Amino acid sequence: MASALTIAGRSFTSRLITGTGGAANLAVLEDALVASGTELTTVAMRRVDAAGGTGVLDLLRRLNIAPLPNTAGCRGSAEAVLTAQLARDALETDWVKLEVIADERTLLPDAIELVKAAELLVDDGFQVLPYTTDDPVLAKRLEDIGCVAVMPLGSPIGTGLGISNPHNIEMIVDAASVPVILDAGIGTASDATLAMELGCDAVLLATAVTRAKDPALMASAMRHAVAAGYQARHAGRIPKRFWAQASSPM
Amino acid sequence: MTQVAIGITVNGEDHLLTADMTMRRLLEFLGLPEKGIAVAVDGTVLPRSNWDTTTVEKGWTIDVLTAVQGG
Repeated sequence: MASALTIAGRSFTSRLITGTGGAANLAVLEDALVASGTELTTVAMRRVDAAGGTGVLDLLRRLNIAPLPNTAGCRGSAEAVLTAQLARDALETDWVKLEVIADERTLLPDAIELVKAAELLVDDGFQVLPYTTDDPVLAKRLEDIGCVAVMPLGSPIGTGLGISNPHNIEMIVDAASVPVILDAGIGTASDATLAMELGCDAVLLATAVTRAKDPALMASAMRHAVAAGYQARHAGRIPKRFWAQASSPM
Repeated sequence: MTQVAIGITVNGEDHLLTADMTMRRLLEFLGLPEKGIAVAVDGTVLPRSNWDTTTVEKGWTIDVLTAVQGG
């Protein structure tokens, strides 16, 4: 089944959104992006003389992958709003992955600053995709503000711990009327499949691919994992039973 | 005639410029690409539509950003 993912009126065939952070170089990143089949990929905003180069935009343009600027590293709402506005001017897109981080150790979202920044950016005409905790109340609040998707974490950024609280993700999915994108914490393919089986509309991941021993192979695994989880969710799984049930006639 | 020089900061580095330089001229002078960058002056975005009409002023703190790998 090949039903499209639609966010703010834009359709995507792939339900895997990738990040670009952590790749050893652009050649490795290119192979991984191609293998992932992604159509939307995050980029960060930094001073032009900062290490990291500027070739990533050229690469995305060449691969026909839309850039999704983020506000990675921003601590308060003011910094996040300014970064989003700069990204809009630089990349000519009003889409932004909104990240407002509380501290370096956990990289967890600062809920209060996140809500404040989301309100300001929605009012300023942005299509806001907020990186949030797995709190269903906060996710609903972000949707009510006018965010075009909600992106709860599975576990903290870069940990690869998978989905710590699947029940919370299910509650977010159940309540949401915008796409739910599982963002952060994915370690391996089964985590991505679980996210989709829980009812998420898409998965966003970076580290699990870019820091894998073979990034392109892991990207391919993630592509299939997301597709498999989506199909399983919509196929309607069998109920769990306590006792065995023969599949052959007795 | 003496050229008036003004001091500004770009991405944390001090620069001395001749007066009456537009933002677009400054970006060219610094060898920055036309596309894929954005400019903030004293913490506020200066939209690219205003680069031609904005003259850089003494004491400005300018940040020029672009997209890099991340997230």
